[in-house]
Amino acid sequence: MKYALRRIMALVLTMIAVSFLTFAAFHLIGGDPAQAILGTSATPERLELLRHEMGLDRPFLVQYFHWLAGFVTGDLGTSYSYRQPVAELIMPKLGVTFVMVMLSFLIIVALSFPLGMQDAQHSEGKFSWVWTVIGQICMAVPSFFLSIIVSYVCGIVLRFFTPGDFPDMYRHFGSALHYLFFAAVCIAVPRIAMCARMLKSTIIGEMEKSYVRTAISRGNDRQAVLKYHVLKNSLVPTIAFLGQTMAEIVGGGIVVEQVFGIPGIGRFLVSSIATRDYPVVQALVVIMAFWVIMAGTIADLINMKIDPRLRLGGGE
Amino acid sequence: MLEIRDLHVKFHNRDREAVGGISLKIGDGEILGLVGESGSGKSVTAMSIAGLLPRKQCDYSGLVLVDGQDMLGADRSVLRQMQGNKIGVVFQEPMSSMDPLMKVGEQVEEVLRIHTDLNEAQRKERALEAMTEVELPDPEAVYNKYPHELSGGMLQRSMIAAAIVNRPGLLILDEPTTALDVTIQAQILKLLAKLNREHGITMLFISHNLNVVRKLCGRVAVMQRGLIVEEGNTDDVFFRPQHPYTQHLIACIPSRVKVIAKRERFGEEEAADVTGGDRNDDE
Repeated sequence: MKYALRRIMALVLTMIAVSFLTFAAFHLIGGDPAQAILGTSATPERLELLRHEMGLDRPFLVQYFHWLAGFVTGDLGTSYSYRQPVAELIMPKLGVTFVMVMLSFLIIVALSFPLGMQDAQHSEGKFSWVWTVIGQICMAVPSFFLSIIVSYVCGIVLRFFTPGDFPDMYRHFGSALHYLFFAAVCIAVPRIAMCARMLKSTIIGEMEKSYVRTAISRGNDRQAVLKYHVLKNSLVPTIAFLGQTMAEIVGGGIVVEQVFGIPGIGRFLVSSIATRDYPVVQALVVIMAFWVIMAGTIADLINMKIDPRLRLGGGE
Repeated sequence: MLEIRDLHVKFHNRDREAVGGISLKIGDGEILGLVGESGSGKSVTAMSIAGLLPRKQCDYSGLVLVDGQDMLGADRSVLRQMQGNKIGVVFQEPMSSMDPLMKVGEQVEEVLRIHTDLNEAQRKERALEAMTEVELPDPEAVYNKYPHELSGGMLQRSMIAAAIVNRPGLLILDEPTTALDVTIQAQILKLLAKLNREHGITMLFISHNLNVVRKLCGRVAVMQRGLIVEEGNTDDVFFRPQHPYTQHLIACIPSRVKVIAKRERFGEEEAADVTGGDRNDDE
């Protein structure tokens, strides 16, 4: 478990570094929040007072650690435009996005593995090119374009759901899930194609290796070679790719949320950037960065569990 | 145990036949050495015997009988019944020949998982037995190790244990010592001799190194460009080579080794005349 501990230490350090960089960046471009809140007509005395209240007259590092301490305890600051705690504002939206992303990720994992394996096994078949073409098309269509088509066809023509009428997820989870499903599919489709292709080429590459010949020389049939040897060996690059995917679909989700009218963080982030509501943007940027780092770390930890060779290195 | 009659193998992407019509017999309990440079067709011959020819990528004809079973024309499912069960194979590079993500013990007992109804505990017991037999130190510990944690020599011992765990009649060794350093090489050769003596396992030992073959095999066949150019008793071939290619192969062995070899065989006096002729071939 030593390797896992080391990896988690690295995670914490990276997160601190990311939060510092983010805070510094917003400090540089931030302008004067007190001015932003009070408006241009405020008296210098009032501005000074508010600056003091907000801690803006303190040294940069003190401000950072104050903010970091708040962040750890769940106090993300106060929104300029809503005059509400940021945490209260973003939590419900974060929940919606989280559910959508997880749903999308589940679809990706559930479909890309069987498709990739299937494709690898029939890679020499007559119709393998059909799969390749379908895969290429899926990869080429951007998620937002797919969202437009899906919300038109499934929403307006077939009436599977009502576009724009997103139910309150915290009261009607089932119907919200139903609505999010269509968005999740749009995010998932290009990723499924990429992941399946990745798995396929990895499997085909592994099949060429010497240990496969050994396995066959012991009397394994093709299925057993795949089940006992090749699949496990193909898993490592695929899981690394899935970790990346987990990180990237959050970004892809922002646009898809807009098309489907889903009240996730995507829309909120865009509108907060427009109104220069920096505490909100800052919190969201840090949370998304954490998400990316988390996804990578989890993928690494799973891979270390699978491949003992990855546990080496780092001074052992 | 093994009989090859007029075996031809030609890969589609090559002009020349990899194996151009060879015939060979190995009796029960015999060790035959098959010697030749890389590309001489010895490995393709081994693959044909082990049922590992990529059938779609080559044309082949002739007859390969292992224990009376034809290995060239037989259905894949029949081949699988033979592989591991009746024929064990050990390859050149033990590191790449083992699954890097499977524990060594599991790989040793894999043949049992495929060919027997033994349960997990019984399989482990048999695997540990085989691992003891190939003189692996602390088999219990090695059982739970991954290939990257072992040395080349230990890995090759494990590969041999995996090949003999279900007591196959025929063991094919395709350059099993080439990737190992000389002291380990000698240990492995001793081990193979012991396994042959104690269990009567028939062996086909493939090597490009005639000197290695000499230490283990009673009979040797020399291959060049897909054909067997010379075959006979190892001492005869080694000390009285008939074919120019065999003579060339022997000339490549450092003369000191030849002196030692001759001393072992005939005593001091006669050893001198071997060094006389080819002192300059030393490399």
